[in-house]
Amino acid sequence: MSREDTYWADDEPAQAPAQTPAPLPPWTETRIVGKPVQRIDAYERVSGAATFSADIILPDMLHGATLRCPHAHARVKKVDASAAGKMPGVHAIITDQSAGAQVPWYGGSRLFDPECRFEGEEVAAVAADTPYQAWDAVRAIKVEYEILPCVSSEEEASKPTAPVIAQGGNRAPGKPYERGNLQAGFAAADVVRERTYSTACEIHNPMESFGCVAKWDGSNYLTIWDGPQGVFPVQQTVAQLLKLPLANVRVIGPYMGGGFGAKLGASKYHIITALLAKMTGRPVKLFITREEAMLAVGNRPPVKMTIKAGVKKDGTLTALQMTNVGIMGAYRAGGAGGVDWVVRDLYLCPNVRTEAADVYINAGPSRAFRAPGHPQGAWALEQMMDELAEAIGMDPVEFRLKNVPTVSQANNNTPYSTTGLKDCLAEGAKAFGWQEGRRKGPGTGPIRRGVGVAAGLWQGGAGGPPSTVIVRLFSDGSVNLNMGASDIGTGTKTVMAQVVAEELGVPLERIRVEHADTGTTQYASASGGSKTVPTESPAVRNAALDVKRQLFEIASAVMKLPAEDLSIVDGRIVSKSDPAKKPEAIGTLPGFRSRGVIVGVGYREPNPSDRVTRPFAAQFAEVEVNTRTGEVKILRFLAAQDSGRVMNAKMFANQTFGAVTMGVGLAMTEARVLDRGQTGKMVNANLHDYKLPTALDIAPDPVCLPIDLHDTFTNTGAKGLGEPATVPTAPAIANAIYHATGVRCTDSPMTPERLSPLLAKAAKRG
Amino acid sequence: MDEDRDDKDAPPSQGLSRRGFIATLGTGAVAAAAAATAAGAAAGAEVLPDAAEMLKVTLTINGRRHRLMVEPRWSLLFVLRDQLGLTGTKVGCERGECGSCTVLIDGKPRYACMTLALEAEGADITTLEGLMKGEELGPVQQAFAEEDAFQCGYCTPGQIMAVEGLLRANPNPTLDQVREGVGGNLCRCGSYPLIFKAARRAAELKKGRTT
Repeated sequence: MSREDTYWADDEPAQAPAQTPAPLPPWTETRIVGKPVQRIDAYERVSGAATFSADIILPDMLHGATLRCPHAHARVKKVDASAAGKMPGVHAIITDQSAGAQVPWYGGSRLFDPECRFEGEEVAAVAADTPYQAWDAVRAIKVEYEILPCVSSEEEASKPTAPVIAQGGNRAPGKPYERGNLQAGFAAADVVRERTYSTACEIHNPMESFGCVAKWDGSNYLTIWDGPQGVFPVQQTVAQLLKLPLANVRVIGPYMGGGFGAKLGASKYHIITALLAKMTGRPVKLFITREEAMLAVGNRPPVKMTIKAGVKKDGTLTALQMTNVGIMGAYRAGGAGGVDWVVRDLYLCPNVRTEAADVYINAGPSRAFRAPGHPQGAWALEQMMDELAEAIGMDPVEFRLKNVPTVSQANNNTPYSTTGLKDCLAEGAKAFGWQEGRRKGPGTGPIRRGVGVAAGLWQGGAGGPPSTVIVRLFSDGSVNLNMGASDIGTGTKTVMAQVVAEELGVPLERIRVEHADTGTTQYASASGGSKTVPTESPAVRNAALDVKRQLFEIASAVMKLPAEDLSIVDGRIVSKSDPAKKPEAIGTLPGFRSRGVIVGVGYREPNPSDRVTRPFAAQFAEVEVNTRTGEVKILRFLAAQDSGRVMNAKMFANQTFGAVTMGVGLAMTEARVLDRGQTGKMVNANLHDYKLPTALDIAPDPVCLPIDLHDTFTNTGAKGLGEPATVPTAPAIANAIYHATGVRCTDSPMTPERLSPLLAKAAKRG
Repeated sequence: MDEDRDDKDAPPSQGLSRRGFIATLGTGAVAAAAAATAAGAAAGAEVLPDAAEMLKVTLTINGRRHRLMVEPRWSLLFVLRDQLGLTGTKVGCERGECGSCTVLIDGKPRYACMTLALEAEGADITTLEGLMKGEELGPVQQAFAEEDAFQCGYCTPGQIMAVEGLLRANPNPTLDQVREGVGGNLCRCGSYPLIFKAARRAAELKKGRTT
């Protein structure tokens, strides 16, 4: 079976239950939605009360550890765990030979596959009293490996003599995309430019590592405490692979310490932990180390991209051609593709052709990583746009503004439900002080200054069915919101509580959210693809409206008023037409207490089929470059974001800053380094050598400019934010560096080591 | 020791910059060995104790004394979380690179994953739980909540402890001093700008309490 995560669908499923009421338009005025209210779970997260899966401690619990292949490509000939099994505290060791361990994983491979196709592939695992003892035992397991030839780059994988990593060959070509007539487009251009760009492999590195606690009640009921992006996708995979009914697998994950795509669904550690727990008859906790996470649970594939572009002197784009090659790792596990979407759809262009291939190498499989493909594609396209603007002597913002589409050209010119791209560019430029920044010039000393812009879109961000949400109004006027979706740090719980508060007039303090538990909450897909708010918030509103309808039925009889005349103000039911009419407090409404609770159910309606919904962004950077050392300081940064309705202004800015910070990682610091042509091993599998952006690497006081468009594609009008906000960041910085120095750095990350020779060369030329 | 210029110029944050931390690693390892030797000598042995042999230790955590048996190799982080159930302190990398496990040792931010439990004997250890007054948030925690200075919240205890340590040493930090002060604490969600705001808000709240 394939273990590829589903992330976003090109064609969103358009199924909703038949009883779905006709969708309402979004609010015209709001009291709570959109306001910068404090997170409803802030207390838990700052007091230590929030129990993450890594914090779970169960009575009688054992600790697991995993033995991983230390070679980039090897065959496991023999595993001898006899000595390890006798060590103090050791309760179980699982290998490929163990009963029940032959679980299928990836295409044609299994849980502890005898052929390890990447460094870090699982070979065995141990359960022991303490993690220290588990690791002692892992180190004591003797494995005989036959080391096989490995490939760790596209060049090596493409050689005729290269070892075959995947059936069907090491190169998997994608389906080309084409519209218009490319040749005619280039012929019509005044200027044609062609350039090759590349981005490095990035690793998700959520601060909470990957792992779970598994406990069996009897042989047929399994509970997993986990911190995934979606408890239901984990439940589905675990149930399927362990041949259990879905109802007998409960996955609980109310708090999670970051995912960014690497925790969308199940990983091998879920199955290994469950099997160790079964073997020992005790709960087992298994968390993988930072080093293991660097190797084995996903990454953003590095991509090499060539863009050829044609433009007329007046700024009209006539042709765009992109060819790209992505490095998928040893298996197809998600995260590949998506690179050319910005080329297809960000700017008006009648003649476009894109072609992509994914290459297998002996390294950890790629996986969906925040806006798969898009930041890579934008890195290339947005630097090319900068180059074209210069070639025709046009301001980069003006050039982009000239090419803003109102339809999705890649979707048969279907109109966008809203597009804020123009506003992002124009209002962003104004708020940033773009004109002044451009005019100021780079200066003359060794420290040069410059400003740059880039734009982006995200192919997902519309959300869609399925989602079911239950809102329960208790007779004292307090509310329980029950939904399956995970809050991955984006504030999902708070946004949904705001929606309930808006409809039911209940203060946020009286709303509790139960979520992310397959045993007790409603089905939801994984929180990923920037679709959680656009998917769930309309269902939450529908559930609240269902409650309101039933409440008004009761109140209508009591107050002797038609239900249509009723509304809720500050927890009291009032007449809309007659302000003099005595209000009824929800908490004392006759007939409600004996009923106990009102249960409202809400479903997510499909999106309109005659519109395409996308979030957009434009970002602006000011940098200072030390031309002697290649060091770059990001002085200022502004992110203008169109994500439809802003649901919570405070969290909107926070998430934007986070996405920008991650973009700074792509631009400046992050790269997996493989020992190419030698051992193929990762040489920087730790957080000291793999550099995440720190507090000192970002602009100290960035600005978020929301373009608060009120889209009507759902009853809340919110589009996704988490991913579009990271798409333009890196090229905006690259373009600012170019403005400052005249050096175009086409490869990420733009470290001093990479920049300083380019700067030296430019200085010699200059 | 030849100090890195960056560190010499750095403001007196008291916290560990990522670079500064590496410089102290060497002494940490020596201290660990010394602690093990001292413990061995106390037991009347000539050689280092067996790695798996349990030793007595008394730890003062959040003002309370805990007597327990530990293996010499157990980190303070492991003891806090797995032996004492103080899971407010988070585990991120277990090798002194991310700051999720930051606690205060004698008032200064330290990585609990790089401190052996034995080394911490006799020291005054403060964890996130120790900033609470009953159910009431401490001023730094309150500031983080108000300013939305986190997303997933996992690195947050470490960030809060780093800011607490910074403010104890420097009640009026500049923006750059705050950035240095939390420079050894990674936040993958990227809430840094709001952490900076929270640190300065916390400084105000702390002053409000004492005056």
